[in-house]
Amino acid sequence: MSGTFVGMPAFPEAAHEAVHNTTLRGNLRHATHTIRAKRANAVAEVSDWAALREAGKQIKDHTLRHLDRYLVQLEESVTAAGGTVHWAADADEANRIVTYLVKATGESEVVKVKSMATQEIGLNEALEAEGIRAYETDLAELIVQLGNDRPSHILVPAIHRNRGEIRDIFAREMSEWGRPAPEGLTDTPAELAEAARLHLREKFLRAKVGVSGANFMVAETGTLVVVESEGNGRMCLTLPETLISVVGIEKIVPTWRDLEVFLQTLPRSSTAERMNPYTSTWTGTTDDDGPQTFHLVLIDNGRTDTLADEVGRQALRCIRCSACLNVCPVYERAGGHAYGSVYPGPIGAILSPQLRGTGSEIDSSLPYASSLCGACYEVCPVAIDIPEVLVHLRERVAQGGPVTERGGKVVLKPAKGHAAERAAMRAARWAFSHPGALRAGQRLASRTRRFHPRTLPGPGRAWSASRDLPALPPEPFRDWWQRTNGGRTDGGREGTK
Amino acid sequence: MSSRDLILGRVRRALADVRQDDTPPVPEGPGRDPRYEQAVQRDYLREHGALSAAERVELLAENLADYRAIVHRTDADGLADVVAGLLRAHGSKTVLVPPGLRREWLSGTDLTRVPDRGESTAHELDRVDSVVTACALAIAETGTIVLDGSPDQGRRRITLVPDHHICVVRVPEQVVSSVPQALELLDPTRPLTWISGPSATSDIELDRVEGVHGPRTLEVVLVTGGGGQG
Repeated sequence: MSGTFVGMPAFPEAAHEAVHNTTLRGNLRHATHTIRAKRANAVAEVSDWAALREAGKQIKDHTLRHLDRYLVQLEESVTAAGGTVHWAADADEANRIVTYLVKATGESEVVKVKSMATQEIGLNEALEAEGIRAYETDLAELIVQLGNDRPSHILVPAIHRNRGEIRDIFAREMSEWGRPAPEGLTDTPAELAEAARLHLREKFLRAKVGVSGANFMVAETGTLVVVESEGNGRMCLTLPETLISVVGIEKIVPTWRDLEVFLQTLPRSSTAERMNPYTSTWTGTTDDDGPQTFHLVLIDNGRTDTLADEVGRQALRCIRCSACLNVCPVYERAGGHAYGSVYPGPIGAILSPQLRGTGSEIDSSLPYASSLCGACYEVCPVAIDIPEVLVHLRERVAQGGPVTERGGKVVLKPAKGHAAERAAMRAARWAFSHPGALRAGQRLASRTRRFHPRTLPGPGRAWSASRDLPALPPEPFRDWWQRTNGGRTDGGREGTK
Repeated sequence: MSSRDLILGRVRRALADVRQDDTPPVPEGPGRDPRYEQAVQRDYLREHGALSAAERVELLAENLADYRAIVHRTDADGLADVVAGLLRAHGSKTVLVPPGLRREWLSGTDLTRVPDRGESTAHELDRVDSVVTACALAIAETGTIVLDGSPDQGRRRITLVPDHHICVVRVPEQVVSSVPQALELLDPTRPLTWISGPSATSDIELDRVEGVHGPRTLEVVLVTGGGGQG
């Protein structure tokens, strides 16, 4: 996965910046709390939520266990329905394939449905480098694109922007990309949406090539599914002559019937709706209705490496609903940009380091971007145990060990920054197996406690930068126990009568 | 090696730890396989509460309205007048008509009819004021109508580009309770459009705004005694 935002610092530094941005924190707090409450209501409406969640988990696990089989079946059914299937091992290959397909149509612009997969591979930038302009047509993506910004949420990419900021971006930038914003544009959401409608409509109506992702692909029928609200998805999926869908290999479900689970859990988990306003399904091409040429680009880009990890592979169950972001106390304060990936929040903290490997500073810091409170696991509609995977990845970062990278087995070295942690653990192990030394050390620590610094010096500095040091008691527990005979003679407070 | 073989090879190696006696995959070819049925425990509900036909229609109307669709009710005899009234109230001068739409549904109006033709450009569709269609079915629990491209519903784009969509649902026969019941009846080889209310966005401070790119007004006419196939 090549999607690291360029020059991204590790999570602690990026988050440190973000928590001091009061506008960002205000925008985020408002948004996450609003959707959190709505989602709880939407879920409470269906009495069989737990059973749906378990079925979703089982369908996805079953699919992953037989992924090779289902990929081949999907390829056959899509081809039989009139589509062409392409395989891309990594982001570069996927971008090359899409660029080639667009160029073959003779067009130099495409309209895009919001898609995590194309963001992950950096498709817009790759197309731009080849002289092809990609227009994002989801309102939030448009805000991000016009603002020369990065998405910060899976579902609401411009969640970090308030209406005033959006108005300014539209007024300033729309004319650069096409139809300018109306004169005297105010910051009411209705007016902003209208400005986006007019700006984008001219692009929809002339578009010859559409690019999308997919929420689901059905192996048995070759059907692709896109769920959305605005209708921009429908525009991109039905008006152009050529449709190119770029989809991760983990998005398969085996049967048409399996959609009955996810079409119930996805809308309620993501936008807190009974059903999203629009769901489109298409199976290859249909004569005289919609694009007459259909390409499906299946991307690996780190997914098979993730599949090779027995604990971490459950991250591939994710249906990108973003419920985990909205309940996460760390996301709420740090914001999506701090995660340095198109996948922010708790799911991003386990998905990015697996798709990209833990080689970079940002990726090795992501498993620590959590308080392990477990709220993300509680809301996950496919029951991904995110805390379990976080702890597993922390172990990998701190201790190294065998992993799969680009399909091959390699042995990771322990990450650099964790030498002090390992030294501390070794010292602790020695001290606990030498009671005399432990007792002497504790006494010394208690008696010198007036002189203790608030932060640790040397290699411990990093640890105490984001934590308070625990205060030491005036007397070690073991001394107190001995002096008071286990509390029985301690000044009569706990004493026996 | 092709990327296809590379990826499939990686998948197989990644799954080397998975037990061989695991649940079997769905076989190729059509039909349900009892072995796949064992692979996934489906003890969720087929529908939420056993609703009578009348209750189903009520719930559909309620949920559609909750998402700002405008719901009207009439019987077969009153339908032409209701449709004509809605077109008039919207101030429409032209109306898109799918090829298989029942002629009597539009018999109350003399608006200019624009046929749904393959060669029409998107710009031409953009100039049409309204569109009238039937539907494949409707889902009460979610307030959703589903179009499957049948002759009385037309191509997908005709219900997308015009700003005003009138959809006629025959009740109670076209109304199912739940998503599982709907999928059972729908044909996956057809292009399907599920519509729950008009186009909407919540991208600005999570404030819901109706009407971004799709039709800003969705009117659903629930008609009793609507008879057989459109």
